[in-house]
Amino acid sequence: MELQSYLFLSAITFIIGVVGVLVRRNAIIVFMSIELMLNSVNLTLVAFSAFLGDVTGQMLVFFAMTVAAAEAAIGLAIIIAMFRNKQTVNIDDINILKW
Amino acid sequence: MTLEILLFYFLGAVSVGSALMMVTRRSPVMSALYLILNFFALGGLYLSLHAQFIAFIQILVYAGAIMVLFVFVIMLLNLGDEKKLNEKFSWKKIVGAGLSFGVLMELIFVFAYSKTNLPPSQFEKATDIGTVENIGMQLFTTFLFPFEVTSVLLLAAIVGAVVLAKKKLN
Repeated sequence: MELQSYLFLSAITFIIGVVGVLVRRNAIIVFMSIELMLNSVNLTLVAFSAFLGDVTGQMLVFFAMTVAAAEAAIGLAIIIAMFRNKQTVNIDDINILKW
Repeated sequence: MTLEILLFYFLGAVSVGSALMMVTRRSPVMSALYLILNFFALGGLYLSLHAQFIAFIQILVYAGAIMVLFVFVIMLLNLGDEKKLNEKFSWKKIVGAGLSFGVLMELIFVFAYSKTNLPPSQFEKATDIGTVENIGMQLFTTFLFPFEVTSVLLLAAIVGAVVLAKKKLN
């Protein structure tokens, strides 16, 4: 198996996540797409770590997972607070910070 | 060797397919379940890269803890299906999807032509570096300071989640 195959796979998954963030209007699905993008970058890091024989990539994935856990807790708390105020999770209806 | 390639294509297809399903489902619960499937496929890919520790915390932390949080919030908010995936036609979405397709082409171009610049593959060494023993050793020696900072980050996340999600007291 070559390194390029893993990089192509992670590029495709990352772009699916980008499309999800740009096209979907449900805040929770936008948030899940962000998790998908984080995971595709993790795959790149693990692939490089395995093919370059260096443990640093896997350590970076470990810390990225910690950050993702913290981010999920905070982001979902924000979504709950938003839902409590506006009774919606549609990001087109939540636009008071938009120009 | 051929089994390895077969496994890669199977797990890669599951990963891309479940990612596509995740983005296109109308019901948030179905999206969350497809994302869990995607995380399991990624865990399998990590195993095929000999990163055992990362594979297990991928299943435990991502597919276990984080996605349970997502499903819990979806059910707490009692969200129904969206009426239509695309309520109104908008040029912003078309341009966004087109630009992200452009970025994909760029990434594939870069990866396909970067072959000559890469150092030689060390894949036969990979069985030794992904073990729990080696990861733990590195975590508590070379990466001790980032590891300790992580605990502060998690504390901040706990406090932040409690403050954000509590009801106003007045």
